[in-house]
Amino acid sequence: MTTTSEIPAHIQLGMTDDEYAGVVEILGRTPRPAELAMYSVMWSEHCSYKSSRSHLGRFPSEAPWVVVGPGENAGVVDLGDGWLAALRIESHNHPSFVEPVEGAATGVGGILRDIFTMGARPVAVWDPIRFGPLDDAKNRYLFNGVVSGIAGYGNAVGVPTLGGEVEFAEAYAKNPLVNVMALGLLKKEQLVLSGASGVGNIAVLLGASTGRDGIGGASILASASFDEESGAKRPSVQVGDPFEEKKLIEACLELYDRGLVVAIQDLGAAGISCATSECAANGGMGMDVDLDAVPVREPGMTAGEILMSESQERMLAIVEPTNVDAVLAVADKWEIHGTRIGTVVEGGQLTIRYQGETVAELPAASLSEDAPRYNRPAQRPVSIDELHAATLPLPDSVDVATTLLTLLDDPAIADKSWIYRQYDHQLFLQTVIEPGHDASLMRIKGTTKGLAVSTDGDGYLCAMDPLRGGARIVYESALNVAVTGATPMCVVDNLNFGNPENPEVMWQLIESIEGISQACEALGIPVVGGNVSLYNQTDDVDIYPTPVVGVLGYTATLPDQPPRLDRGEAGMEVFLIGGPGGDDLAASAYARVILDARAGRPHDVDHDTGRAAIDLATRLAHAGVPVLHDISTGGVAVALAEICFASDVGATIDLATWQQAFSEEPHRLLAVVPVGFDWSEHLGGELQAIPLGVLGGNDLSFGTFGTVPLTAAHEIWKSAIPRRLGH
Amino acid sequence: MTIAVVVFPGTNCEHDAVHALTLLGADAELVWHRETDLDDFSGIVLPGGFAHGDYLRTGAIARFSPVMAAVTEAADTGKPVLGICNGFQILCEAGLLPGALIANRDLAFVCKPIHVRVESTDTILTSAATVGDVLRIPLNSYEGNYIAPPQDLAAIEANGQITLRYCDENGDVSDLANPNGSTNNIAGISNARGNVAAVMPHPERAAELILGSDDGRRLLEGFVAATKTSPQTNSVAAS
Repeated sequence: MTTTSEIPAHIQLGMTDDEYAGVVEILGRTPRPAELAMYSVMWSEHCSYKSSRSHLGRFPSEAPWVVVGPGENAGVVDLGDGWLAALRIESHNHPSFVEPVEGAATGVGGILRDIFTMGARPVAVWDPIRFGPLDDAKNRYLFNGVVSGIAGYGNAVGVPTLGGEVEFAEAYAKNPLVNVMALGLLKKEQLVLSGASGVGNIAVLLGASTGRDGIGGASILASASFDEESGAKRPSVQVGDPFEEKKLIEACLELYDRGLVVAIQDLGAAGISCATSECAANGGMGMDVDLDAVPVREPGMTAGEILMSESQERMLAIVEPTNVDAVLAVADKWEIHGTRIGTVVEGGQLTIRYQGETVAELPAASLSEDAPRYNRPAQRPVSIDELHAATLPLPDSVDVATTLLTLLDDPAIADKSWIYRQYDHQLFLQTVIEPGHDASLMRIKGTTKGLAVSTDGDGYLCAMDPLRGGARIVYESALNVAVTGATPMCVVDNLNFGNPENPEVMWQLIESIEGISQACEALGIPVVGGNVSLYNQTDDVDIYPTPVVGVLGYTATLPDQPPRLDRGEAGMEVFLIGGPGGDDLAASAYARVILDARAGRPHDVDHDTGRAAIDLATRLAHAGVPVLHDISTGGVAVALAEICFASDVGATIDLATWQQAFSEEPHRLLAVVPVGFDWSEHLGGELQAIPLGVLGGNDLSFGTFGTVPLTAAHEIWKSAIPRRLGH
Repeated sequence: MTIAVVVFPGTNCEHDAVHALTLLGADAELVWHRETDLDDFSGIVLPGGFAHGDYLRTGAIARFSPVMAAVTEAADTGKPVLGICNGFQILCEAGLLPGALIANRDLAFVCKPIHVRVESTDTILTSAATVGDVLRIPLNSYEGNYIAPPQDLAAIEANGQITLRYCDENGDVSDLANPNGSTNNIAGISNARGNVAAVMPHPERAAELILGSDDGRRLLEGFVAATKTSPQTNSVAAS
């Protein structure tokens, strides 16, 4: 039996022998304990992206409106008239599995810091989340915990949660996905970056005191697979305090307003060691840091613990010496700690002292720039070709109405208001379209401008074809944004994958990046930031390949009355807009829920049709069309039902085949228009507006394919999630 | 004639309150909770949020903030004082209004538009409305469930201090239309004099049609009007 003390320190910290040798070479000596701890975290998968970095360059990241691209804390784009938007997406998957409430809460807290680090006020959050099926008690516990963690932190910190999405599948049962996207607004002159400059400038630590929570979170939790013993990793989960964060936000915004900081960096993974080294390295400088000055929560903390602590709600500001007193006064006003802990020095050396000893002395840039990069082998799985060659066991005839009832009861399709009613989604008086629609739409107060955001992923689809799936989620998200009247402008992506040491997982990752990139190139929208979460694997089972994208759309002038799902009225006509086709069921909810079968190759995107559909949706939204709704999970039948539920009116539609009711082929939407609407001035190219039927009555009627009372269908859809949770 | 919008650490609806009051033509200014002199203001708003993190109990720490002595003094002199959501909770903790707000019946945060019916108009919150008006206003709270001891409840019912009750879109007050279990569907109350009023839903979130409703204006207009005839505590001394 091997005891812990016999295992070399670097192995315990999750480093390989080769990586350890690299550290020794950089330093020209054996690393001190604190130094080894710093390299182990900064070179972890979570911080260094060592397995994915060589592929991330594929993403298109440039456009004239990009102010800050990937690499900083958040991407920044130009909205004109001096306005900028900062956006980012992050994951908190592993912590949320170990401790769902705190894991999800600190995910929100962490991403907000990334936004206000840029000088922006965080104005909205979205939460794409994924769990195992709700018939299992553990999954219900995780789902409940994550939602209450997001609500508890987001509401109290005073940033509205404007949407998200949720998916349930066995593949996430032992590895839920908790992603979070945030958006901030700022004026051009408020932009702040992280590079420390100016020899003699002072590093001021702002915010909460430093405790023993979250030590090793990045290397132990986020960069390794899970097994049954994972509960023992609970002390590595940080604990959040939204009140402390709220004060920190207000204090930092006041510092920016008054021009009191040269640069600023949030403390996230690897705490002080990461923030000081990144600040120094980004500015091409060094830094002398005194750990004795750091306010701590308990006595007896070692240098390593103070350096590596992931205690939340802390920022590191670089301040000119003459402004230090003013900065400390702002901290005092907002009732947070403000402490000088270091000085910017010439050269690139980061020197850290504690209790009279030098505990670390290393080239600051080596922690990030010298991190290992792996070109891990990738292998296309043989099984995927068999899957694509197979055909779904489709029945000859199907009662669309009764099948629809089964789909409406699927938690991924059902009403999500149980979730978003717990989130403050109205704060800041900006929410024009609230959660529950294709995308949320915000106004920028004091202007005519609007911003729309949609987050989209589809693990089930991407598992069947990561290339096409990656492209399709971008198009879906862009179309969601377009139906509000906004034009897609940029993307952030969160790549959630399994173990990168499995060549088939690496293949999924590379294919997804390619699919996302092709769609972004075709749409002319850059990727301005992203996050990679690997090792989403428990007991050797990898999750579905689950890239999640968040598309930001912009409109210079909000539509007078943007399309909404609840603007349908009896007598209005229903049209399907899209290209030819519309029968395929591969990777559809029909295949997943009704057949429980995986077969066939999902249809690919068509870049010309996709662009045309997005352009048309944006124009129709500004032309006053009352309802526009993207056709996605559950196909035409579910999309129509959602319109009817929101508008409280029935519908009668005619379809040529039952498959058309449930197909999820891309680039299609439903439009509800008044009688006599003139399509001729809007349509062109391959797109058609196919009349399906009319709104009216108290039933959802599919002609010869069956009829169901609206209220019965509505009740099933509304109650599906709360019923499973015992409410 | 400026309205003070008080900001505690953790308050988050202060900018929204200023925005809505400004839309109605009022001057409003943020005032930090360490301020001890509110004499120059014609009215006071305690906006929504999580003052002092709502730690211990909602409003329990905020009532000890330095500004609260001045709020109490203003209330005593008859100035209009309006609490919204967290401000309601703070006014109850401070003893300026009877009762308390506890966790919602379903033990979950509720964020959604609800309907309230106007019950009395002799207060700074409802003076521009008519009894029976049904208003659509967003609710956004975890502790929105109003309770009071039986004798206090009987008194405020008898005195016409219930300003708003949760109802359905037709104005029917029922259990079904009660979003949080609040006693007697109470959504807003005032003190006996009518110059201190509080409301659980957010009228400032319903002041523009683009956000879904402008029914909240009918409440805020009454408040702004009241601040224009407000007793100026220091005007006598100054003249």
